[in-house]
Amino acid sequence: MTDTIRDTMVEIRELEKYYSSFKVLDGISGTVNRGEVIVICGPSGSGKSTMIRTINRLEEISSGRIIVDGRDIHDRDYDINELRSKIGFVFQQFNLFPHLSVKDNVTLSPRKVAGMPAREASELAEHLLEKVGLSEKLNAMPASLSGGQQQRVAIARALAQKAPLMLFDEPTSALDPEMVGEVLTVIQQLAEEGQTMMIVTHEMGFAGKVADRIWFMDRGSILTQSPPGDFFNNPEHPRVQKFLSDMLH
Amino acid sequence: MGMDFSFLAQEEFLLALVDGLLVTCKLFLASWVCGFATALVMANLRDVRFAAVRFVVSVFLEYHRNVPTVVQMLVWYFAMPELLPDSLRLWINRGNTEFLFAWVALSLNVSAYFAEDIRSGIRAIPATQFEAARAIGLSALGGVIYVILPQAVRLTIPTILNRTLILFKDTSLAMAIGVSELTYQVRNIENITFRAFEAYFIATVIYLTISLLIMFAGAWFSRRFTVAYR
Amino acid sequence: MFEFIQKYGLFYLLGGWPETELGGFAGTLILAGVGLGISFPLAILIGFARTSQNPVFFVPASIWVYTLRGIPLLMILFWAYFLIPELTGRAMTPFSTALAAIIIYESAFMAEIVRAGIMGLPAGQTEAARSIGLGYWQSMRYVVLPQALVNMIPSFVNQFVSTVKATSIVYIIGVSELTFVAQQVNAIEVTNPVRTFIVLAFFYFIPCWGLSVLSRKIERDIGARRKAANVPGKEIRI
Repeated sequence: MTDTIRDTMVEIRELEKYYSSFKVLDGISGTVNRGEVIVICGPSGSGKSTMIRTINRLEEISSGRIIVDGRDIHDRDYDINELRSKIGFVFQQFNLFPHLSVKDNVTLSPRKVAGMPAREASELAEHLLEKVGLSEKLNAMPASLSGGQQQRVAIARALAQKAPLMLFDEPTSALDPEMVGEVLTVIQQLAEEGQTMMIVTHEMGFAGKVADRIWFMDRGSILTQSPPGDFFNNPEHPRVQKFLSDMLH
Repeated sequence: MGMDFSFLAQEEFLLALVDGLLVTCKLFLASWVCGFATALVMANLRDVRFAAVRFVVSVFLEYHRNVPTVVQMLVWYFAMPELLPDSLRLWINRGNTEFLFAWVALSLNVSAYFAEDIRSGIRAIPATQFEAARAIGLSALGGVIYVILPQAVRLTIPTILNRTLILFKDTSLAMAIGVSELTYQVRNIENITFRAFEAYFIATVIYLTISLLIMFAGAWFSRRFTVAYR
Repeated sequence: MFEFIQKYGLFYLLGGWPETELGGFAGTLILAGVGLGISFPLAILIGFARTSQNPVFFVPASIWVYTLRGIPLLMILFWAYFLIPELTGRAMTPFSTALAAIIIYESAFMAEIVRAGIMGLPAGQTEAARSIGLGYWQSMRYVVLPQALVNMIPSFVNQFVSTVKATSIVYIIGVSELTFVAQQVNAIEVTNPVRTFIVLAFFYFIPCWGLSVLSRKIERDIGARRKAANVPGKEIRI
């Protein structure tokens, strides 16, 4: 019993969310196992970003339950900042802090939230920047970096939390095409290292390579939760078929 | 410190308050209209080709924006009569032209701010809007009337209303040159009845009511007509 | 004109000093500077309260701001003149009354600048700060305020200019600042009020215009830096 709970990293149950009278999330459920990579795709407005943002409570749900690493995230005793420090979130717009250097961006959370001493945080930052291929930019300011570089720093910033779960909200959608690859490479490397991830993306080729399962969302519901093979080759649902033919025109 | 509003029952004080309020409103509206009209002219003159005209307009605008409003009123009241020929000066000294001076001073003052607001509004519309208007076959004038101006007006309404609020409050400055607007009347009442709290309270309520109306009009327009630009 | 400046220049600048206390233009600057200086911490508190979701903070702060922005400074001045001695039981000098009125008046306007600065920061910054686990106050301290305060600088400079102009009204209760001094000069000279008041206008014009030019330059610099950094930023609208 305990083992099952520990193998499940994220469990969402009957999530519903309304924006006034508009139903954005229509009773969705799903689980993500430890070490799994879930890719969430679907047409615009399907609620993908909203859903992933409810997991670290950037958005609040109207009803349902979300359990991350064994704890209900809406539990009264669960400090929201503690929850967020256990989840790494990468934004579509990077959202680096422009007034801080790359190093300060990455070390801010370890130092101020986890209480890590400055020297240790600094070493962690160097290690992570090397991992994303930006060692030489340690002391640069975000303004001097390209979009792809900024996003890789954003990933390093999220990794600095050493979080068991990483969430990516359309990480490459704001990038010029030639920079998409460098970011996807980093994410793929994380997948190979066994990081549990949920990724919202339009990059279907990448999804095929890295996903353990693909959640297809449309109009607030998850229509399929199949492995890439089944998703691409045997799409049963007509809306999935339409989506795939639109994407691969 | 018990409150005693009984003086309101006396007709003379009630009349004085109403009178003051009327003068305030007259001064406010008259200054707004003339100020806005002048601003339209100034906004257009601001960008003409003749450097001399641009310079004069510039000086006009900077003077009225950087010298305090009450000082501008004092300049009109004390200094202007000296510059006028004797016949006019006699006429001025005879009549009660304080209102006139306050009106002129406030109109010119607010026109300088309105002119900048109007100008920023027009400049904020991307040039591509005008190109698009021509591309669908509108003439230059048509483009301005149907595409540029409606957007510019929506953009400028919040700043115009903000400045309108300031103009309304500035009418109280006219008491410095003897105009019997609301604040002047209230001070008068206080001097006679010694009921300072009650008198000030009434004036405060009146000012606040009208100000809040202007403020909420501004907020309403802002929300209703916000144009989204990426 | 030249003799006029020689005779009255220092008077305009310093009031009756050293025979009497500091007044004239110096008085104006002290009123504006000290007034804004003291109202600034107040404004930060009220500005924060105005961004709060909690009605306990939001409502009183909003009442404060709307009331003080809705009545003329002259009314606030008269209120202060009447109310402060009543409340404190002591007589106050015109100068301190004027200073109190300015502090209260400016706190409302500065609070709105603070509020606009905080709310003008792209939402992504607050979201990113919260996503890495920073609490509300931590986000403010490390992410929001450092950026917002820099963005507010042009508005603060503009507000200082506004305040310098606003101080002109306090001559009505007898405070010896620049406009009061000009009235005194006019009473002494009797003739040629044009000269007296043009000089007065100039004394306000030079610093106010200079600071406005400076503030516009700062605003351009910040805007240019923001464009270069490719940081999506909303225009600060007050």
